[in-house]
Amino acid sequence: MRSSRRSITDLILHLHPRSVSFSTLRFTLSWGLGGMAVTLTGLLFLTGILLLLVYQPSTDSAYSSVLTLTREVPFGLWVRNIHYWSANLLVAVALLHLLRVILTGAFGPGRRLNWIIGLALLVLLLAANFTGYLLPWDQLAYWAVTICTSMLGYIPLCGEWLQALFRGGSEIGPSTLANFFVLHVAFIPGSLFILMLWHFWLVRRAGGLVQAEQGRAERSPTVPDLVMREAAVGLTLVALVLLLAMVWNAPLQEQANPGMSPNPTKAPWYFQGFQELLLHIHPVYAVFVWPLLGGVILLAIPFWRGSSLPSGVWFGSERGRVAAIWTAVAGIAATFGVILLDTLVLSSDAVAANTLITRGLAPTAVLIVLAVALYALMVRKLRYTRAEAVMAGLLLAVVVLSMCTVVGVWFRGQGMHLVMPWAQGAM
Amino acid sequence: MKENSSTETATPTSAPTRRRFLNWAWAFFGLAAVTELGWLGVSFLNFRKDRSTPARAKSIITAGPVDMFEPATVTAIPQGQLYLARLEDGGFLALSRTCTHLGCSLRWDEEQGKFICPCHGSSYNAAGEVLTAPAPRPLDCYPVRIENGIVKVDIAAPQKRQCFEPGQVTRV
Repeated sequence: MRSSRRSITDLILHLHPRSVSFSTLRFTLSWGLGGMAVTLTGLLFLTGILLLLVYQPSTDSAYSSVLTLTREVPFGLWVRNIHYWSANLLVAVALLHLLRVILTGAFGPGRRLNWIIGLALLVLLLAANFTGYLLPWDQLAYWAVTICTSMLGYIPLCGEWLQALFRGGSEIGPSTLANFFVLHVAFIPGSLFILMLWHFWLVRRAGGLVQAEQGRAERSPTVPDLVMREAAVGLTLVALVLLLAMVWNAPLQEQANPGMSPNPTKAPWYFQGFQELLLHIHPVYAVFVWPLLGGVILLAIPFWRGSSLPSGVWFGSERGRVAAIWTAVAGIAATFGVILLDTLVLSSDAVAANTLITRGLAPTAVLIVLAVALYALMVRKLRYTRAEAVMAGLLLAVVVLSMCTVVGVWFRGQGMHLVMPWAQGAM
Repeated sequence: MKENSSTETATPTSAPTRRRFLNWAWAFFGLAAVTELGWLGVSFLNFRKDRSTPARAKSIITAGPVDMFEPATVTAIPQGQLYLARLEDGGFLALSRTCTHLGCSLRWDEEQGKFICPCHGSSYNAAGEVLTAPAPRPLDCYPVRIENGIVKVDIAAPQKRQCFEPGQVTRV
């Protein structure tokens, strides 16, 4: 008994250091978000294996196998719901984790590679979510994949080739489902597993979580101090997911019908911010130029000297906190303002002759000029540090995307017109 | 490690050459393996691409007699997945029902007299011209022929167009 307990401790210490800094145990430093993501991934693996036993990846039988699962297999509905809720919560948790890393200065020197791996993990789990969305082959799935693969067509030079590659042909059909099935159950989970282990190992190599500079850091033993806390967060989360899965069912619409797009056709919630962007911006910019710019900026930002906040302190300082609050408020107001302006004033005009410029180049130029001007204002005039300005910029981007998502989820009704949430019975 | 160095000193000229040759051979075989695997992957995927492109056995479909379509109406032709529009001047235009923005299926709104996309809110008039963005170009169209008073549409390949021109319309 004693020796087996010992070996469990040893196993834990393989993943964790023997002791951790006392200050990093504080829940409000990390909110346990990384641990939550691991817990949800575990739930997804387990329920995914069960689902795999029932699901049939062909266009003829996919939908009926999901129906069998939910109607006949004991606990089948619950297992599917657990998988669904874990996946959706995982997106939310991962985004909050990213925000936490930005706001506590956890991408500076020593953590740069891990920031990049973290971004790759985010892309992978969005891909995992989206490929899973397609598998039931219902109306939601069919039109989501139609839109998504059509987006690939706007990428310059290799767009058409990519589109044919992902569709497995020129049209959506059995090959498309096979492609997404393989991605969902083999390629993405495998890559996730490898990158996650690398992610954890790099956290450990960087000396654990970020902590504020201290003269003498107190250490606590990992077993039991850290492990107990992890177990408490993990088990609470599992209980929450199981409960959610009992109360709310994962959506399943009618079987895919290539002749009729439902009205309105909406993307899954984590892409609705993006869908909102597609309503306003020329597709080449919304699909290619902006994501490329955003990706390059995110990848490059840790390599800009002094771009990371002082580590382990939320918002860097009290001044940073105030700046963050104002940024968030301004971001919310600006997003709603621009969407209203574009919908009510600009769109009602006759279609402009060259949308590539009016709805692509011009907004992009305005954004870049605004970003540079705001940065100069914060750093030169208001004497904020570079790190605080970068933090405000990243926070602004997150807030704008979140608000676009809110508008997409609750304020878009039939024909994608703006409506009040209570008018369409969505709430 | 020590043994290694002693053999090297024993044959000072041949060992580095042999090592260099073997290293070069490894690199060559590694590259060959990568090429083979790449070729294998691309051929595999290309075959699937070709096979799942549907061969339309019958590319000409019959929409119906000319009199069936009133001027200034739009009729859905389900077997061709298209809309047959008869313009106010009596000319015919066969429009793809796929939105040029991101491929959603369009619905003809009789009351408003326009095509409306349920995904991103683009709209088009009866001739397929864009009324509201984000759609970047007019609806694709198919060649229409009128033989003995019967309207026929060739659905082999949709034709992309940048703007509406009178030449696209088939007149009786």
